[in-house]
Amino acid sequence: MKHIISLLMENEAGALSRVAGLFSARAYNIESLTVAPTEDATLSRMTIVTSGSEEVIEQIIKQLNKLIDVVKVLDLNDGRFIERELMLVKVKATGTLREEMKRMCDIFRGRIIDVADSSYTIELTGAGSKLDAFLEALDKTVILETVRTGASGIGRGDRILKV
Amino acid sequence: MEDRTTQITGAEILIRCLQEENVKFVFGYPGGAVLNIYDAIFSQTHFKHVLVRHEQAAVHAADAYSRATGEVGVALVTSGPGATNAVTGIATAYMDSIPLVVISGQVPTPAIGMDAFQEVDMVGVTRPCVKHNFLIKDINDVAMTIKKAFYIASTGRPGPVVVDIPKDITAQFAKFSYPKTVEMRSYNPILKGHTGQIKKAVNLILNAKRPMLYTGGGVVLGDAADQLVKLTRKLGYPITNTLMGLGGYPGTDPQHLGMLGMHGTYEANMAMQDCDVLIAIGARFDDRVIGNTEHFFRKDRTIIHVDVDPSSISKRVKVDIPIVGHVQSVLAEMNELLEADTKKPDTAALTAWWKQIEAWREKKCLTYDLSTDIIKPQFVVEKLWEVTGGDAFVTSDVGQHQMWAAQYYKFDKPRRWINSGGLGTMGVGLPYAMGVQLAHPEAQVACITGEASIQMCIQELSTCKQFHLPVKVITLNNRYMGMVRQWQEFFYGNRYSESYMDALPDFVKLAEAYGHVGMRIEKPSDVEPALKEAFSPKLKERLVFMDFLTDQKENVFPMVPNGKGLSEMILSEEL
Ligand SMILES: Cc1ncc(C[n+]2csc(CCOP(=O)(O)OP(=O)(O)O)c2C)c(N)n1
Repeated sequence: MKHIISLLMENEAGALSRVAGLFSARAYNIESLTVAPTEDATLSRMTIVTSGSEEVIEQIIKQLNKLIDVVKVLDLNDGRFIERELMLVKVKATGTLREEMKRMCDIFRGRIIDVADSSYTIELTGAGSKLDAFLEALDKTVILETVRTGASGIGRGDRILKV
Repeated sequence: MEDRTTQITGAEILIRCLQEENVKFVFGYPGGAVLNIYDAIFSQTHFKHVLVRHEQAAVHAADAYSRATGEVGVALVTSGPGATNAVTGIATAYMDSIPLVVISGQVPTPAIGMDAFQEVDMVGVTRPCVKHNFLIKDINDVAMTIKKAFYIASTGRPGPVVVDIPKDITAQFAKFSYPKTVEMRSYNPILKGHTGQIKKAVNLILNAKRPMLYTGGGVVLGDAADQLVKLTRKLGYPITNTLMGLGGYPGTDPQHLGMLGMHGTYEANMAMQDCDVLIAIGARFDDRVIGNTEHFFRKDRTIIHVDVDPSSISKRVKVDIPIVGHVQSVLAEMNELLEADTKKPDTAALTAWWKQIEAWREKKCLTYDLSTDIIKPQFVVEKLWEVTGGDAFVTSDVGQHQMWAAQYYKFDKPRRWINSGGLGTMGVGLPYAMGVQLAHPEAQVACITGEASIQMCIQELSTCKQFHLPVKVITLNNRYMGMVRQWQEFFYGNRYSESYMDALPDFVKLAEAYGHVGMRIEKPSDVEPALKEAFSPKLKERLVFMDFLTDQKENVFPMVPNGKGLSEMILSEEL
């Protein structure tokens, strides 16, 4: 099953490679990994999307906790959470496609953020599954380029990951 | 210019840190990137620097020093090749959870990333085989980093920590002050076990019909042998040790069923498989210990697992009662609870269980054919045990000789059996013996090795000469990489591909060339007299290299073939 794991780690050089190295050394799946500093400059927050059996996820959490630089780990799937990802898609926009692309973008509540003679760049945010759905709804031949940030996640309500 | 009167160099700061940590030995080898540090070593007297002949041996020796004493071992190597030579030693210590601080020199900070002479990304190279590592980028971080390194290495589940120090940092000046304490919000090892879980465990233990204690290196490393002995004796339950756990419970005690695992005893493996309550303490259900996990699984068996490392619990085998905590503290708490409990173990059930175990014991699985014309390797180990009164520190290399050492030398005390269990590193034996002998100058130290393994770090005979280390090297010379040959005999149709040891040196002459005493022993009747001579007062100050020509085709039994279940052992007579 897919899990979203959030963690806070010391903002030290090499911290990211410790996490990435752990996943490859122990052959854990990694779908996406995002990392950025937090409001506390000494901490980075990382979101990892991974999948595996309950036993594997349990090991992943334990192994992450074992890394010396890791301050806190939270499996977002243990409670209610919100997942968001940003995607930029460049699509063909010529002839009738110009109208059709605009309509598709509206349906998925995206925004056209760049307009060129023969292409649009669409910005879309949402859960990973929504972004997947958008890509599936488009004809493969109209997609010129895509770039996704990987998921970020946060607990709902009072569920807070903080030091 | 800043006032330098109160300032010292980074190299001097490092030395002062080691003094503050009460380091007695630093095992090392100099080179360009650590010249400032060696210059600071030149004028200090607090610790002894032991110059090895290869950096791998420096780390092994520091590792053995730690295994024999419980202190943190320290090694010092230069950048590039010095650092990479140390990696095998670091990985060996990592797999067996040995606390080490390995200091490596690095090229000067401005040269990092420029493919400078002798540059290697040591932090990157060692990341997967250290508990943690640091690259020091500021002279003002030296003291705190060393403090953290010792703290991280020695607490929680211990392990090696690498500190990489660029050359320019060791030349800069700063004030020295050593932090008294260290606090890390990201690192808080758990000490005390959960009392509720411990109570549950004790209750289950007392209700067991077929109990079994299975203990590993955690008991030895956690200095919990006394508590374990108390618990085991009080309960009257059978106990087995892993390869790493030997000595955690007296090997000569009748409650001890011997080692378990791939080359464990029949009774230990059968009891492990058939028990109804398994009490695992400081052990990690390694593949060499329990064999095939599916075969190992039993619905009617409850497992209690005590370990300091949460990630060791339910990694290979799902357990019912996990207890995360320092084994010594958890066992002490268990002992207190047992003391207070009015309930006693079920004697009738226990008697029946012991009857079953005695029946397994009757197989006498460690019997071997004695011979009058060819030396059996097991016989050498048995005689060594007798001659040393069972009280030697024994190191070993990796192979058949290691298994025979573990099977036939009955260790009664912890920290006496020093070997590479997790990584299985050939070449550790001699440097391990050096570390042990330095830690215990008066003790009898034997290195049981094979003619292949010993050649992997044989250059250390020179170090032994320089530092007057009277180690006794017991080479079980079967002219084969015996363990490889055994697998080829069993599983590869006797095709002994590249496992013979041709062109062996004359070990007697070799030992003599290094300034030691050499002996070749070819007849069974000479085994005991030779050992007695080697351990006699006459040779007390000398390293004796004993080359025992042993049976070439002897195999290690019992054996659980790779991928098979624990109770699917091959016993010698079945062949
Ligand atoms: C560094 C290293 N290389 C290879 C091996 C694989 N290996 C395990 S045992 C063994 C043979 C050891 O031979 P020897 O030292 O003569 O001991 P014996 O088995 O004959 O007692 C080998 C090659 C290893 N464990 N370590």
